[in-house]
Amino acid sequence: MSSFYGPLDPAPDAGYADPPPRKGFFTDTSVCIGCKACEVACKEWNAIPADGYNLLGQSYDNTGGLTANSWRAVEFIEQPLASGQRSAPFAGAPTGPSASATSAVLAARTGQDTGTEPGIEPAPDPTAAAPAAEPQFLGMPGIDLPGRIDDPDGVRRTDFRWLMMSNVCKHCTHAACLDVCPTGSLFRTEFGTVVVQEDICNGCGYCIPACPYGVIDRREEDGRAWKCTLCYDRLGAGQTPACAQACPTQSIQYGDLDELRVRAQERVDRLHEVGVGEARLYGHDPEDGVGGDGAFFLLLDEPEVYGLPPDPVVTTRDLPSMWKTAGVAAAGMVALVAAAFVRGPR
Amino acid sequence: MAEAHPVGFQWVMEAKARGAKVIHVDPRFTRTSAMADQFVPLRAGSDIAFLGGIVNYVLQNELDFREYVVAYTNAATIVTDGYRDTEDLGGLFSGFDPETNTYDPESWQYAGHEQNGAERQDHARQRETAAALQHETHGMSVKGETERDETLQHPNCVYQILKRHFARYTPEMVETVCGVSQDAFAEVCQAWTTNSGRERTTALVYSVGWTQHSVGVQYIRTGAILQLLLGNMGRPGGGIMALRGHASIQGSTDIPTLFNLLPGYLPMPDAEKHPSLEKWIDAVRHPGSKGFWANAGAYGVNLLKAYWGASATVENDFRYDYLPRINGDHGTYRTVLDMIDGKVKGYFLLGQNPAVGSAHGRAQRLGMANLDWLVVRDLFEIESATFWKNSPEIETGEIVPEECRTEVFLMPAASHVEKEGTFTQTQRMLQWREKAVEPPGDCRSDLWFFYHLGRMVKQRLAESTDERDRPILDLTWDYPVGGERGDEPSAEAVLKEINGYEVATGRPLSLFTEMKDDGSTLGGCWIYTGVFADGVNQAARRKPGREQSWVAPEWGWAWPANRRILYNRASADPDGKPWSERKAYVWWDQAKGEWTGEDIPDFPKTTPPSYRPDPGTSGVEGLAGDDPFIMQGDGKGSLFVPVGLIDGPLPTHYEPAESPVRNPLYPQQASPTRMVYRRPENPLNPSPPEHDTDLFPYVFTTSRLTEHHTAGGMSRTVEHLAELQPSMFFEVSPELAAERGLKHMKWGHVVTARAAVEGRIFVTDRLTPLRIDGRIVHQVWLPYHWGSNGFVTGDSANDLFGIVLDPNVLIQESKVGTCDVRPGRRPTGRALAEYIAGLGRAAGQHQAASVTAPAPATDPAASKPDEEPT
Repeated sequence: MSSFYGPLDPAPDAGYADPPPRKGFFTDTSVCIGCKACEVACKEWNAIPADGYNLLGQSYDNTGGLTANSWRAVEFIEQPLASGQRSAPFAGAPTGPSASATSAVLAARTGQDTGTEPGIEPAPDPTAAAPAAEPQFLGMPGIDLPGRIDDPDGVRRTDFRWLMMSNVCKHCTHAACLDVCPTGSLFRTEFGTVVVQEDICNGCGYCIPACPYGVIDRREEDGRAWKCTLCYDRLGAGQTPACAQACPTQSIQYGDLDELRVRAQERVDRLHEVGVGEARLYGHDPEDGVGGDGAFFLLLDEPEVYGLPPDPVVTTRDLPSMWKTAGVAAAGMVALVAAAFVRGPR
Repeated sequence: MAEAHPVGFQWVMEAKARGAKVIHVDPRFTRTSAMADQFVPLRAGSDIAFLGGIVNYVLQNELDFREYVVAYTNAATIVTDGYRDTEDLGGLFSGFDPETNTYDPESWQYAGHEQNGAERQDHARQRETAAALQHETHGMSVKGETERDETLQHPNCVYQILKRHFARYTPEMVETVCGVSQDAFAEVCQAWTTNSGRERTTALVYSVGWTQHSVGVQYIRTGAILQLLLGNMGRPGGGIMALRGHASIQGSTDIPTLFNLLPGYLPMPDAEKHPSLEKWIDAVRHPGSKGFWANAGAYGVNLLKAYWGASATVENDFRYDYLPRINGDHGTYRTVLDMIDGKVKGYFLLGQNPAVGSAHGRAQRLGMANLDWLVVRDLFEIESATFWKNSPEIETGEIVPEECRTEVFLMPAASHVEKEGTFTQTQRMLQWREKAVEPPGDCRSDLWFFYHLGRMVKQRLAESTDERDRPILDLTWDYPVGGERGDEPSAEAVLKEINGYEVATGRPLSLFTEMKDDGSTLGGCWIYTGVFADGVNQAARRKPGREQSWVAPEWGWAWPANRRILYNRASADPDGKPWSERKAYVWWDQAKGEWTGEDIPDFPKTTPPSYRPDPGTSGVEGLAGDDPFIMQGDGKGSLFVPVGLIDGPLPTHYEPAESPVRNPLYPQQASPTRMVYRRPENPLNPSPPEHDTDLFPYVFTTSRLTEHHTAGGMSRTVEHLAELQPSMFFEVSPELAAERGLKHMKWGHVVTARAAVEGRIFVTDRLTPLRIDGRIVHQVWLPYHWGSNGFVTGDSANDLFGIVLDPNVLIQESKVGTCDVRPGRRPTGRALAEYIAGLGRAAGQHQAASVTAPAPATDPAASKPDEEPT
């Protein structure tokens, strides 16, 4: 392992001689219709168990996030905001204030027994869900009901947009999960992706806090970690990963990462041209804190709105300097001890 | 479309990526709206007012594609003087008979054709047998020439009638009826009209919910009028796309599972009207009419010959007498009510789950609980097979398992990947499907089931000398069997018979024009002729799009004759030249003397644009070279329909059978010809002008979620789908939540006079109240996927609906009704029965009161509480 930080091509770095081009996902959320075909195709291909029959109330998301039993998870975010060039859908209707934030907060109190840990737990601070739905949210959910239309001076909602995003493991260039794995269960493939070998994983769980995105999770039944493999078995046979294959609108695109990055930039430029100024890429930059993601996204709002860290950093970034510091400290100790002997007892 | 047809929606996304503007009109903001350039919320049940408003906008501003409209539609045709419009008669057309709630269409005819359709004087029978479904598909019969005024100035030409009819459908009226702001409406009008004409076309897409209204046929008629006025029919990028509710629903109307149709849209014979083969054929071909139905004799004889083979000869009218007859309403809802009344002994359900999927679930279940036997063929043990042990009526005591007399036979069915055959999709395209795996255990294909059932019935009857058994004994039933188990009939052999062949040589027919009416050919469905042309299964073709033209004629096979766009003669101007280079599709090649282009021309191949038939010429030769609508008796697209519809020649906004508001357009509240079944188990919520409509003040509608399939039999039973939408819920706006004290994720229930349905409440900005006629109307949305079985269970939304039908096609109004919404769970056990009975009584009392009270205007259907078609 030559580097823990900065741009690089991970497969040669991991020791593969003449590997194929790095593969990845470009998930374009501007064309995601929230059908969840990716979730189902992933579960069918990879034989992943169901993760509970709980209604979460987070719009149409009843998966709740990525877990050991959900390697693709479609998020739905309802916002009373303008969307691109579209005219305000509820202009002129007898509406009152928005309920998006209140409903999101109420839903954030719901957890899901997914049979995994940490799984999907009720949010420790449900009010944090509100800004995703409505950045100006000031209400106290649960105390008063929004929506009254008899207040002539009240705020009337007119705009609405519904963001959908299929989340997945990012297959980081610098993958902390892999760095901390003591068994070698997590490994870098020749395609530059990060895969857990379930027959080697000993369930230590070090990888879970190491992931800057909170992707990795363990099954309770055996304690082993599971996550997206970017369908390593399909890639080896020259096939497209199951989720990308099933996606009807090409929201999930699979291919050579270099090519996907070019395509993604063209898409953003195109969206900006037609007035969707809020379009932006996330995880595409090799200069970011994880050296760029193998699975990156086109988003229509700040990453936090989608529950993504705005500035992820590989948690093992400081390992070399930590070891250096530790080395210096150890050398100092040795010197002190030696000095003690040199001086000797009187 | 993104919700219920996500795979098809990829093409909308592709069009959008190429610059198409997508407009979505729906009562609530859906996954489709999220992708649309404009979303327009409107009140459920107000679509004719909305589209009629656009028709009015087009006519008032003369934005119609005039050259197309004059040449290709009946805009110039003059209607008889006796015609009176809904504008003149308070919402009724001339010819209404309040005794039978039917119309005599004599006064709707073209001038000089007043006797057309005079043979159809039995209007009540036609209404009961959904005769419009038969007529519509046979085109309109027009004998001889029509009077036309191509300046469109004659006061009784269709264009002027249309203009007067829709004149009050102004933007202000659209706002009043639909709750759509004038700004949003103007945006839609401008987008639609500026994107239509010589250079551009606009497509209209609707889903099956559009048909589920008491005026459903007229919804689609309004769309058709608009698309004809704007020149969007028969042209690439235009048209009206009917998205179907399941795979191959198109196939199940082509080769129908309907009581009043036979394969290829031939009518099921009527016991009185069609005593002979000749009468039956004449009822289809209308001797003297123009167009391709003139060859109906060949289509009918080939079907009979396919059924009864060697036994069917010229001498015995090809065994026409063996065909069953109808003599009234045998539709699915009439049948359910007859089951409740003990008139029906047995019932077959194939891939259908009426206990959850049909309107008025309680009536469905009570009906099924009163049969001798019921056969259910499905992939899973669905609610329609277990109603006797776990339906909601067990809880209320209305069905007692120990006493339920119905013997249920549950037959496990093979899924679509476990059998071969075709799907026919919405573009009329047949696509062959290979069998991927052998069905497990006792699961078998429907083909296997019916083949062996027929074989065994024939065996049982083999010794019979009873005349009534001859139709079964003489049936051709000789399909080869094979497969891994050795007893699976060959689906290709069936497709070959459907295609048709020469009896003597077995040579498959290439086109329906090869069908003879002398018994020398046979074919099971004339419109499918060609799917086995040259002995090749054309439906199995899978040539990738990139290896052929953009029309992709070698992917699957589309009826008729592998045509991808119907009536495509209209894609060229009257002289046979493309309207524009950009929209060139089919055109006349003067040098070769034939029609050519990207698609198979939908026109006699060598009839030049200049051809004019001699007066009195009938059949195909009767069509002029510029008559593109070749299945219509006058070759013209019907803006105005003189023959064939039960409820009027033009679409008219009537309120749904249950509505919280008075019809702002006419004194006539709801469709006067709608089918109403007034029975104790089918109470209807009161609507204006009846009293106390505030018992059920809100509008509700239902639809599907992407994650589930219709009645849930194929998704609640699959864990990877069930977990995605695990519970019954319903959606309300924040404003309705505030009004009724409903909180997100808490329990609530929706009530009508029929049922109380509970679920978790979703308070969402995706719904909005609307201002209708000066008052605020709230709408509630429910998914209808849940029932008693599967990994996830819940109340069935379709239980909320009563039974009211469109008279043209006998389809139920199950996309709009009135309701109340209450916080908390509904009562359970016997308390539930009392709760619902109380609601029904309240509704009934108010109805009874309003019948005796002097109403401001009479609603014939509503004022006849005893009316019950028999």
